[in-house]
Amino acid sequence: MKQYSDVISAYVIMLGLIILVGFLQSWSMALSILCFCLISAVMTMGANIQWGYAGLINFGIMGYTALGGLAAVLVSVPPVKEAWQAGGLQMVICALIIASMVFSIRFILNKYKKSSNRNYIIAFVIIVGLIFLRLISGPSIHLIESVNPATTGFLGGMGLPIVFSWIVGAFFAGALAYVIGKIALGLRADYLAIATLLISEIVIAVIKHEDWLTRGVKNVIGLKRPVPYEIDLQTKQWFINLVEKFNQGALNLVTDVLEREQLLKQLVIDGSTVFVKLCYVGLFSIVVIILLIVTQKALYSPWGRMMRAIRDNDEAANAMGKNVVKQHLLIFVLGSAVVGIAGAMMVTYDGLFTPGSYRPMRYTFLIWVMVIVGGSGNNFGAILGGFAVWFLWIEAAPASLYLINLFTSGLEETNALRIHLINSIPYFRLLVMGTSLLLVMRYKPKGILPEKIKHI
Amino acid sequence: MDFINSIVLLLNYIFVPALSYGSQLALGAIFVSLIYGILRFAYFTAGDLMSFGTMFTILFTWYFQSLGISLGVLPTALLAIPFGVIITILYVLAKDKLVFSYYRTKKSPPVMLAMVSIGTMFVTQAIVRIVIGPYDRRFFDGEKFILKANEFKEMTGLNEGLAIKSTQVITLLVTIIVVFILFWFLNKTKTGKSMRAYSDNEDLALLSGIDPKKVVMITWVIAAILATIGGTLYGLDKSFKPFTYFNNMLPIFAAAIVGGIGNPFGAFLGGYVIAFSEILITYAYKKFFVYILPESLEPEGLLQLLSTDYKFAVSFSILVIVLLFRPSGIFKGKII
Repeated sequence: MKQYSDVISAYVIMLGLIILVGFLQSWSMALSILCFCLISAVMTMGANIQWGYAGLINFGIMGYTALGGLAAVLVSVPPVKEAWQAGGLQMVICALIIASMVFSIRFILNKYKKSSNRNYIIAFVIIVGLIFLRLISGPSIHLIESVNPATTGFLGGMGLPIVFSWIVGAFFAGALAYVIGKIALGLRADYLAIATLLISEIVIAVIKHEDWLTRGVKNVIGLKRPVPYEIDLQTKQWFINLVEKFNQGALNLVTDVLEREQLLKQLVIDGSTVFVKLCYVGLFSIVVIILLIVTQKALYSPWGRMMRAIRDNDEAANAMGKNVVKQHLLIFVLGSAVVGIAGAMMVTYDGLFTPGSYRPMRYTFLIWVMVIVGGSGNNFGAILGGFAVWFLWIEAAPASLYLINLFTSGLEETNALRIHLINSIPYFRLLVMGTSLLLVMRYKPKGILPEKIKHI
Repeated sequence: MDFINSIVLLLNYIFVPALSYGSQLALGAIFVSLIYGILRFAYFTAGDLMSFGTMFTILFTWYFQSLGISLGVLPTALLAIPFGVIITILYVLAKDKLVFSYYRTKKSPPVMLAMVSIGTMFVTQAIVRIVIGPYDRRFFDGEKFILKANEFKEMTGLNEGLAIKSTQVITLLVTIIVVFILFWFLNKTKTGKSMRAYSDNEDLALLSGIDPKKVVMITWVIAAILATIGGTLYGLDKSFKPFTYFNNMLPIFAAAIVGGIGNPFGAFLGGYVIAFSEILITYAYKKFFVYILPESLEPEGLLQLLSTDYKFAVSFSILVIVLLFRPSGIFKGKII
């Protein structure tokens, strides 16, 4: 128990802070912070699998998050029948062409020795394939996008419950990671970082501009929820009774019947948002706990020891007969798949998919700050990092507003400097993030909860 | 006549814009490459350092404008660049002293330093946004065009016009001067040679009495100069927006790696490779072929290889291809 004391105290402080937000600001706010903390925790666990276990830098987190989000759209939105009739068949043919291109290139790679002729043949296959793709897809994309463009204009999805997308998102992200890993994993650490960063930008560019698949920057809104809607809850008798029970004390103070009715109504409305968010917290917690158990087991299994050996000295591990390349690829895929789950969870929570909002600052670098601050190589540390940094990210704005008001209290309300500072509050969070990252790297380079290795 | 028209068309829409955009990228790529060669880490603050330098240039420009100082037909920003450079130099040197020097003396792995540069990226970005705000700003003044499309048409009697913006010419001239001085400095002066030696082999350089502190300091100074100039030129040509500058970090990295990272001359050329391929691949060639082909063969579509939405994706794909087939970059050669 003693060895876990720092973990427990860190988590108690964290939860205490969130509860404090509940008392000081509002419970709805506290719960939405908690929800995003849990989503961030899943992301950091994914990044931690890659960086902490295997020492692989992945700056492409944004790309996997977006793919997870895309999975949520493709799973939950009902199919658009007219669009399928207009150009669905052609798109399927295009998919087949891409598949046959991949297989023929693989075949050529396996069959022939390395030579310039082989490269020419591959280039030829790619160019011919691209021309066919352009010719077949061009008109049908136009047809699909012109089917009721204000609301649909895309092929739609499968119309399944959105929770399935968490698994599908993992598969999407894992598949992308497999391709990227095959291409880029041989690179040196900092090259790998840049390459993954750029590849994730390509992924975002595709998602943004292939409207027939994703609706692009027109966004997909109104995704179905896995939890009840507030409006439905407010009319349910059992829920009203529940709220009444919870707030017995406050309700009893009011004697007037009409006033009591009013108060109850307000309480039910407030309660419904809290209840919905609680449902999300429950769902997300299940994911986090399952992932935590699995990753913890993996970390202390022979496989985890092998990964640490590869991370700390890949040449020695290679000499011991471990297949470093294969294990790197495996862990790259696994970590990215976890990030894909988080991406799908986030879109589920938001209920909308906005490709334009995926930016590297928020979805790649912030996640890295979480991993480094929390403690790489330690799952509890990674989760804590997700919680703490997200909390800071949100609460930096009110905190800096308070500080600015404090320091400029000598100045007048209309002072230009004061107004300027108050207008630029959202950017103080970047300052807070940067300095906290720099401070942690300087004085606690292994993070708040450093990696613990049991020496036998 | 049609043939000349088609050439002018390409010059106007591809060659001139790509040349100026490439110069702006090249200046950034050179300093990223220099930092990689001498300090040995990927400097993720690159784009934001450019916006930092540009921000101060803009502030000084506004100050000069308020005093009524101007350069006539030339943009006032050119006068403000030296002041912006000085502040940027002070900023990077302070940053090195406070942040980077600790990891350098500890001989931390390059990855650690790259992470630290992400920390400074956050801080720099915050400073820029707090001081000047995240909005789009234009700070160009003076004469906008050297050659207007209409004038060109009248002059030559062609159908196609050729417009040359003064910012494009300024960009090209300044880049040529700066790059010329830089390579003269690196190849001919003692300090420059010691920098190259340090980048080639640190231990040997230290043994032969090269002062590492001086080498590092000069590298930062050069980085600050190039960042401010490159950023200001970009801002004059297009506009200043912190988010765009942060995004420019990506093609800059692509240029530096394509040119062989650690090799400033390669990075210089890499900037043009990236710029030209971005514009060549996303340009719609329909009009060009209308001029050049007989009427019966006139194309129907736009003849665009990729839509302009994928501009960034093009440069990154080139980077990925280069990484796959020539990880040391197109223009190999010695380091620095």
